[in-house]
Amino acid sequence: MIILEQILNGVQFGLTLFLMSAGLTLIFGIMGVINLAHGSLYMIGAYAAALTAVRTGSVWLALVGGLAAAALGGIVIEFAVVRRLYARNHLDQVLATFALVLIINQGANMLLGRQPLFVAMPPALSGSVTLLPGLTYPVYRLLVIAVGATVAAGLFAMIHGTRIGMLVRAGATHRQMVRALGVNVALLYTAVFGIGALLAGLAGVIAGPITSVQVGMGEQVLILAFVVVVIGGLGSVRGAFFGAIAAGLVDTLSRAFLPTLFRQIMDGSNADALASGMSAISIYLLMALVLLMRSQDLLAEKS
Amino acid sequence: MKSFNVAAMAVLAVQAAWAAPASAQDEVKIGVITSLSGPGGYLGQDIRDGIALAVQLGGGKLGGVPVQTIVEDDGAKPGQGKQIVDRLLKNDKVKIFTGIVFSNVAGATVPDVLDAGAFYVSPNAGPSTFAGKECHPNYFVVSWQNDSLHESAGQLANQLGYKSVYLVAANYQAGKDALEGFKRFYKGKVAGESFTRLDQTDFAAEFAQIRAAGPEAVFQFEPGGLGIAFLRQYQQAGLTDKIPMVVAAPSLDAVTLSVVGDAALGVNVTSHWNSDFDNPANKAFVAAWEQAYHRPATYYASQGYDTAMAIGAALKGVGGKLDDANAFRQAMMKADFQSVRGSFKFGPNRHPVQDWYALKVEKGADGKLALVTKSKILSDHGDAYAKECKF
Amino acid sequence: MTSDTLEARRSGRTYAFPMSRIVIFVIAVAILALVPAGATALHMPSVTGFATQVLIYAIAAMSLNLILGYGGMVTFGHAAFFGVGGYVLGILYQHSAQRSAFLALVPGTDNLAVALLAAVLIGAATAAVIGSLSLRTRGVPFIMITLAFAQMLFFLFVSLKTYGGDDGLMMRRRDVVPFVDARDDISYYLICLTLAVGWLVLTWCLVRSRFGAVLSGLRQNERRMMAIGIAPYRYRLVAFVIAGAGAALAGALMANYLRFVSPDMMHWTKSGELMMMVILGGAGTLFGPILGAAAMLALETALAAYTENWQFYLGIILLAVVMTTRGGLSALLDRASGR
Repeated sequence: MIILEQILNGVQFGLTLFLMSAGLTLIFGIMGVINLAHGSLYMIGAYAAALTAVRTGSVWLALVGGLAAAALGGIVIEFAVVRRLYARNHLDQVLATFALVLIINQGANMLLGRQPLFVAMPPALSGSVTLLPGLTYPVYRLLVIAVGATVAAGLFAMIHGTRIGMLVRAGATHRQMVRALGVNVALLYTAVFGIGALLAGLAGVIAGPITSVQVGMGEQVLILAFVVVVIGGLGSVRGAFFGAIAAGLVDTLSRAFLPTLFRQIMDGSNADALASGMSAISIYLLMALVLLMRSQDLLAEKS
Repeated sequence: MKSFNVAAMAVLAVQAAWAAPASAQDEVKIGVITSLSGPGGYLGQDIRDGIALAVQLGGGKLGGVPVQTIVEDDGAKPGQGKQIVDRLLKNDKVKIFTGIVFSNVAGATVPDVLDAGAFYVSPNAGPSTFAGKECHPNYFVVSWQNDSLHESAGQLANQLGYKSVYLVAANYQAGKDALEGFKRFYKGKVAGESFTRLDQTDFAAEFAQIRAAGPEAVFQFEPGGLGIAFLRQYQQAGLTDKIPMVVAAPSLDAVTLSVVGDAALGVNVTSHWNSDFDNPANKAFVAAWEQAYHRPATYYASQGYDTAMAIGAALKGVGGKLDDANAFRQAMMKADFQSVRGSFKFGPNRHPVQDWYALKVEKGADGKLALVTKSKILSDHGDAYAKECKF
Repeated sequence: MTSDTLEARRSGRTYAFPMSRIVIFVIAVAILALVPAGATALHMPSVTGFATQVLIYAIAAMSLNLILGYGGMVTFGHAAFFGVGGYVLGILYQHSAQRSAFLALVPGTDNLAVALLAAVLIGAATAAVIGSLSLRTRGVPFIMITLAFAQMLFFLFVSLKTYGGDDGLMMRRRDVVPFVDARDDISYYLICLTLAVGWLVLTWCLVRSRFGAVLSGLRQNERRMMAIGIAPYRYRLVAFVIAGAGAALAGALMANYLRFVSPDMMHWTKSGELMMMVILGGAGTLFGPILGAAAMLALETALAAYTENWQFYLGIILLAVVMTTRGGLSALLDRASGR
């Protein structure tokens, strides 16, 4: 039963990662931009939702506020900074978006103080339910799973069923072609960046009640989200989905079961410390293996 | 080729910037190196403001001696702290340092301060490295030795009669020390141990382990934002009502409490200070703090304030003259000030000997959550390393 | 080698080095050598410490520039080698202080020359392992796989309790060198200056050589280079190993200067910082990284002395630089001086 619960935990963590990485992979796939400020959009979503909730007391307004702020933030960033960087190389993009991270983080400190923010859990979602005999699970985490799955389904539908989706698919593989087809590229880019920001904001809003809403919260998940994007294949939303679930499972399961495993071969405290280090490494090991296997495939194809 | 000339020019420009803070000759300079940026920013902010409050209440003086505090942000980076110390020591001739929040920054910077013959008075971190064999006559700790925080928690778990406890700590030196400290005093059975990562945001895996182990209580050391996430998720996992929690002060301070709300209800905390302590010094401090900053005072703030008062008492003892290091040392050792904690004195290794209390998170009459002092758990408690210290 | 001459002619500015420039170079080094004396005269002794850090970061940035600027390999894990170098020195010192041996085999040492040599060798070996795997990928996967390896090393050192874990390793005193008082700040500055100039000259020789021309050629047009019979993988790997050795050298110098090493030195933000220095100064230029390191540290120090919100202003300045200049500060200077 504990294994089942840990698998559920892994899937849930994976789906939170998916919300972050879906936006990243879209932005990268369409525009070829490495956006380090994606974590800041996540933070903006969480902050805005927390502040709206305190002011209005409404969960729904908080959700709307968080999403709107993140999307708006994304559009402003695209319009003011990222738009001027499409033609530049990855290095300039990295430097510019890193500068944005510094500005947004410290700006939040200056405006709202250094304390973490209070976020209330909606009472209806604060309990646990019994799924199977012996397996109780928090309602909120079930909701996270539901939201993640819904967003994934919605994104697939959008990408495979709408005109924007078609352009997104085309853009991921033949970026120059889409430009050449006379599509209003500027508008498309702004829209995609806005959607990516919206997803990051949603991830932030959802994370609010279960993590600490504070400056720097975005960078904690940013690197993991990048890992997911790379595991899944750049520009592929479907890949990001499976990559996220895989990363979530590997991370959670290694944290859950490595200590027990190590304790059988060495003494307690050393085993725990080493297991904790190994579980941190596991997700990067997964990425390195995936990348190496993929490069082998490429080499095989070439020859 | 321009680069070298420009580099030299940059150095000159920086020199100009450094030369800026000029001051009157008779002011005693106090270097406050603390962490203001990054996730731990509010800890440094409260320490800084606690020191500033003491100076402000003294009318720009500590112990009747005019002082100038030079506040610098180390960004929680050891290298940066080291560079600031270097500058303040050599350019500004600062003789008294304080302010560092984190043990790792202290580990890198404090040796430089001491080697230069200056003083360091710690308002927070008290790593075991400087408490035992490596203790130093110019190194004072006003807050606590790291281990005693958790020794008191172990003692409280005994007093509450918990027969088995599950231990969770962040995987870094302070976390490992926390578990050592807890186990040194706790007499019951350890049901299990988990180390979590410093960048961890999700604790579901650990909760499942806890539930499977079925302990009578949980002890956790997850400071700052980690603790906020831990408490929130603990409540959602439905564990708050089932398995009570015992923690030391860093895992649940006044800021954490105001941020997590009901998820902290019923948690047992051990601390050396609480805002409801009934002594005149504390009442004056809490009132002045709330008037000046409009936010609840944390124990970090109280430590900053006490540190400034301790320095003030020593400055008064030597009449503001720092030339005789030995005289200043002896004046510091007297600890001739009214601590907001009540009883306070320095032990032989210049770490505090003080009382530890049990607190509990309860809902007040106004419906607001508060940390309420319950009972004294340890009296005149020093630390385990004092006996190794020989000057 | 037709490609060599072609390369050299096309980007003659980078490779040709007229006499007048060499004279300015010598004068600049002489001025830098006088920094400690000037600092003492101006009663600002800490400038020497600041300049030491600039020189050390300059070595690290120059080493990164070799692969990032000249070779076009964007790595996000360069701090791993910086940290490895620091740990080599730190671990050797600890064993020397405790009179024990690493893995009960290798005795420790507090000799700076030996420790630096060991750091360079082990840095190169680490880079050879990481590079031989990472260089099978290209583009963004390469960025991410180097990051992945750096993160693995980071977490490995975090969980090494013997060497301080997350809190890092403290050294009671600096390493010594025969005949020189390396514990003295000014002597140590001069040691760092010598090594930085040495690394600069090495970089210069490398980029002027056939090897450098091939490396640049691979960045600009890999297919053409392959057509003339050059195996890209081998050249890139050699460059990667040299860069790793340089970063390890810088890391060991930094650990010795701070008398402290921690996993912080190999955190991904440190890799980012090194990248910033290279880009800020001008990637693929000889002096850009030095300029970038100096500018970055000067900005941080000056801003932090004025305001506790220094990161905000640092962000704005970085953003302005990247938006308004192409090719960093050295391009800006070139344009300003009418070239």
